[in-house]
Amino acid sequence: MKKSSDVKIFNGISYTLITIISLLCLIPFLLVVMGSITDEKDIIANGFSLFPKHFSVEAYKIALKEPMAILKAYGVTISLTIIGTALGLFTVAMTSYVLQRKDFKWRNKFSFFFYFTTLFSGGLVPWYILMVRYLDLKDSYLSLLLPPMLSAFNIILMKSYLGGIPKALTEAAKIDGAGDFEIFWKIILPLSKPALATVGLFIAIGYWNDWYNCMLFINNDNLYSLQYYLYKIVNNVEAYKTIIAQTGGAVGAAIDMPSESLKMALTVIVTGPILLLYPFIQKYFVSGITIGAVKE
Amino acid sequence: MENGINQNLVNDVYAVNDMNKSKSAKFISEIKKNKILLIMLLPAFLYFFIFSYIPMAGTVLAFKNYNFRDGIFGSPFVGFDNFKYFFTSGQAFEVTRNTILYNSGFIIVNTILQMGMAILISEVSRKYFKKITQTAMFLPYFISWVVVGVIAYNLLNVENGTINSLLVKLGFEKINFYATTYAWPIILIFASAWKNVGYGTVLYLAAIMGIDSEIYEAAKIDGANIFQRIFKVTIPCLVPTMIILTLLAIGNIFRGDFQMFYQLVGNNGPLFKVTDVIDTFTFRSLIQSGEVGMSAATGLYQSVFCFITILITNYLVKRYDSDNSLF
Repeated sequence: MKKSSDVKIFNGISYTLITIISLLCLIPFLLVVMGSITDEKDIIANGFSLFPKHFSVEAYKIALKEPMAILKAYGVTISLTIIGTALGLFTVAMTSYVLQRKDFKWRNKFSFFFYFTTLFSGGLVPWYILMVRYLDLKDSYLSLLLPPMLSAFNIILMKSYLGGIPKALTEAAKIDGAGDFEIFWKIILPLSKPALATVGLFIAIGYWNDWYNCMLFINNDNLYSLQYYLYKIVNNVEAYKTIIAQTGGAVGAAIDMPSESLKMALTVIVTGPILLLYPFIQKYFVSGITIGAVKE
Repeated sequence: MENGINQNLVNDVYAVNDMNKSKSAKFISEIKKNKILLIMLLPAFLYFFIFSYIPMAGTVLAFKNYNFRDGIFGSPFVGFDNFKYFFTSGQAFEVTRNTILYNSGFIIVNTILQMGMAILISEVSRKYFKKITQTAMFLPYFISWVVVGVIAYNLLNVENGTINSLLVKLGFEKINFYATTYAWPIILIFASAWKNVGYGTVLYLAAIMGIDSEIYEAAKIDGANIFQRIFKVTIPCLVPTMIILTLLAIGNIFRGDFQMFYQLVGNNGPLFKVTDVIDTFTFRSLIQSGEVGMSAATGLYQSVFCFITILITNYLVKRYDSDNSLF
């Protein structure tokens, strides 16, 4: 079919605009990567650039000289993500299952109990004091594990998905004498894999990107999460270099080490591995956003 | 006759008694019947009770002079003293203005950009182009604000930021962004657009997919060109989605995106006049100045206004389209 002239004009504009916006989204990432492999002298003389003249992997060498701290932060974040997502997902699914049961008398009251938390919150201060003074969670692993675990938004999302599962599927099991939890565990969960994948990813991203709870509650650097560790170092790169110089043996004096490319290299080390995963998990996000959009 | 009425009365009393009895008996049997379901609800119930409802009660702090020893409920009341400083210092006006203006800017720019991108992408026929560009646009959504902070530093810092080195190359003066207040509304709106474009585009794309294809067929038969199709069919069909999303966003207009403002601006005092939002102000008062009472007061002030705007916007959503209201 021949394209008419209006389609041609439109396609010209459309492809150009989409390409520009996509590039604007990508270029900042490329800038960080290029910055991490640019020779420090180049950065000092000419600034960061997408097309550096001199390359160097010095920054990576220094960043990986003392890998223990990075590995520890990776360990904290990975364990939090796995444990937190498993517990959170299970609880969200179980709660949503009960709330969408039409024969559960108090489902509206309980739904409102959860929903109300998105309308009104006590704010930062009472919550912070509760965590620190009453629950004594300062410098505790739990202060990183608990806050991102459950959200009313995820319960609402899951509930609207579970509500779409035909009742006939559970009625048969009920007649056979299966208990409520059994029905949830053996019938509902296997049927809700797409929603579980989406909500699970929402929770996992929450854990993976968390630095806020770490900033509020953690002083012990053994418990630094990955993002907070990055934040700390980028904002205090001189202190970091001094530590490397003292412990790293023959690396040389801190003053000779790169700063700017080191910040970028650490960002790549912290973000790179997970960023490579995103294109593959993106479709679950897309389906999740779409469920959320047509809520109820 | 009289006896009969009395008898009726007595019967009624018995009936009421019976009902009371059966009501509590019913309640207990209902609990027994739903035992498993209630146990299944318990973990989430306790979680929200502890981490959401107890802090709600803790907002009394806003009227107290907090000390660690006496705790939230033991500390002495001071009436409205905590609010006084916040309001009389002019801080309240400044941070509220910033919060509302930034959120308004985000809503306007993000809506236009996301809707525009969704419309353009929906008309693209090349599958791979569609996929690759969508993935690229979605990438910023996944990264933490810490990484966005690093990217901003790479672009903006005065000694060797990419933008400044470009400016020098092109023969312009360098701009010290971290000391230039007027640049920040643009920077922050750009950052918000950058981070959210992928997410919102997907949302609007889903709405476009939901448009009845017969309308397009009819438009085609009537000889509409592609521009007419977009302006006469697609955009009008997207308006309901846009209104709902905008109203929901307006409901959150008193909530500043703490992570974004904190990572991009940090503790850069000279910029606070144009970048401080309620959330960053509350955080600093609590963590850095330790003014527990006042930060609790600002938090409560924010929560109350937030609650009111959500109720109003939800009322509007309900009037506009009852299917999409939140409650």
